[in-house]
Amino acid sequence: MAGTPTPSQTVGPFFGHALPYPEGPWAVPEDHPDAIELRGRVLDGAGAPVPDALLEICQPGIFGRCPTDPEGRYVFRTARPATYISMLVFARGLLKPVWTRVYLDADDPFLATLDEPRRATLVARLEDGFYRFDVRLQGAGETVFLAV
Amino acid sequence: MISDPHPPYLHPPYASTVLRAPSQHLVAAKLDPEAVELVDPVYGHQTVADLDHDLTRRHGGEPLGERIIVTGRVLDEDGRPVRRALVEVWQANAAGRYSHDLDRHPAPLDPNFTGFGRCLTDDEGRYRFVTIKPGAYPWRNHPNAWRPAHIHFSVFGTQFVQRLVTQMYFPGDPLFAHDPIMGSVPDPSSLIAAFDLATTEPEWALGYQWDIVLRREA
Repeated sequence: MAGTPTPSQTVGPFFGHALPYPEGPWAVPEDHPDAIELRGRVLDGAGAPVPDALLEICQPGIFGRCPTDPEGRYVFRTARPATYISMLVFARGLLKPVWTRVYLDADDPFLATLDEPRRATLVARLEDGFYRFDVRLQGAGETVFLAV
Repeated sequence: MISDPHPPYLHPPYASTVLRAPSQHLVAAKLDPEAVELVDPVYGHQTVADLDHDLTRRHGGEPLGERIIVTGRVLDEDGRPVRRALVEVWQANAAGRYSHDLDRHPAPLDPNFTGFGRCLTDDEGRYRFVTIKPGAYPWRNHPNAWRPAHIHFSVFGTQFVQRLVTQMYFPGDPLFAHDPIMGSVPDPSSLIAAFDLATTEPEWALGYQWDIVLRREA
């Protein structure tokens, strides 16, 4: 029997007592040989922080989950990816999540298909000991989101 | 046959979408077999405990409200069961209040109810939760806005791309017609559980059935 997929609904604002867990942002151990730290903010179309987003990352054998703080910030410790980190963002006001990718290296065939100003939204920037990757949901500098 | 069962990003009746919906077209990503979106998301660092499926037994006493059983199967589009899928649920208490710091609804908290549970599906793809029926609650989306009673569901398939977060509603709720979140999808009927006398346990709890369909593996 075939069926139509169940529609998505927003995660809403009140998942904080349910979905986050203490180890969620620490997707690999501190002493993992390829450990990197990924930090950033989630911003809305007015440039305001999104304080009630939930981010999930996935890589082979790795899963992480982190809610944003009141300033819209998140953090993950994960492994340097062979290609990219798959990232999913849920939030109040997102009736379905947005899919994006975090690349550390801009030299990639998928990135090559994107126009220059938008391509940069998928490339994390190396800062002082961590990679910064902001997610802009809408408007100027809007992150590239994927249809998967 | 509805081609896309999901809501749009921008749905102005739900005011929070206005500044959060992406305005650019999504970029089609061809998922080759190596695509990271196709890996099985591992959540083995969190073990599901025996009582995690029973939201009424997480505290010293019994929560107030109407005890219910909510069960169903997680299937893919081809009707195949999704086995060992992690299902997480969260909800308001019987008075319509979430156990969350930012919920300002002046309804009582219930010290015996947190409103979070999880379980793994069995060989038939079946999940089962014991909980209490959540109350409706007000929100500030528009004047006199109330959400129909609902339970939030988070489901993992066997590929990250199957990830689903949604909400289950209860049959016959008069608030359906006034809810822009439920009303954002082409066919809201698939979000409504069915009361089921066979699931109902005598002298104990009303039963509801609700199946969840994930997109097929890519």
